Amino acid sequence: MGTALLVSPGMSETGSETAARRLAAEERDRVRFEEEALQLSDQVYRVARHMAGSREEAEDLVQDTYARAFRSWRSFQAGTNLRAWLLRILTNLNIDRGRKQQRTPETQPLEEGDYFLYNRLEESAGGGAGSGEERVIERLSQDDIVNALAAVPRDFRDVIVLVDLSDFSYQDAAQILDIPIGTVMSRLHRGRRVLKRELAETTTEDD
Amino acid sequence: MCDCDGCEQMMQPYLDHALTEEQRIEAEAHLDACSYCRKRYRFEENLRVYVRQAAVDEPMPPELKERLAALRTPLL
Repeated sequence: MGTALLVSPGMSETGSETAARRLAAEERDRVRFEEEALQLSDQVYRVARHMAGSREEAEDLVQDTYARAFRSWRSFQAGTNLRAWLLRILTNLNIDRGRKQQRTPETQPLEEGDYFLYNRLEESAGGGAGSGEERVIERLSQDDIVNALAAVPRDFRDVIVLVDLSDFSYQDAAQILDIPIGTVMSRLHRGRRVLKRELAETTTEDD
Repeated sequence: MCDCDGCEQMMQPYLDHALTEEQRIEAEAHLDACSYCRKRYRFEENLRVYVRQAAVDEPMPPELKERLAALRTPLL
């Protein structure tokens, strides 16, 4: 015990000093990790808000994500994408929750092509010359879009949220969701179709 | 009017900038030639921007931010 105090400068460190130094360094890394993770919380919440069914669920999901992230911060490799790492935890937790609640229903085959919404909006806008794309889209309200997005089955919505709303590449989305890149592309394609179908239904109901 | 099936398939990856150079040139050549598809491409592009704007407006509740900060490990 007392010997460590007698070590003069220049002499080699004792085991306990090395351990204390290592502990302090780890503490600094952990604090930095937690601060960086918290700086991303707005973005994490935004993704959660669209992946979860309600605001309450989104808040629980974000809280559980951070609790787990802070517990397992050592498994994060410094220098890699922290946002993707956090969202990987979030999507895993969300998938677990989904399993406990209900399975995503199988989506019905989509007969309509990608242009269905356009055609529907153009029809209801009166068609003909002068009904430009912007005007067609302006017929959709913010609520229409938020509700339509919520109605997209979860597997598809998750990909839309990551790629279209959060700017992740196909590759990042594949990594976060732990699915092949081809699956990201097909879910994205189908998800966007479902979204447009939902929007088309909304605009028809509005008429 | 054209046979737009191929074009429709290419539209999403085109907007995602995920086509190869060769496919991109092919898609753009088709868009130059077909006003029907061109209008719809523009529509898709605008729709994406619109969905994005509509969907990301909700800020995180400040209480949640506090709860997250409270999850941090206390300093030694």
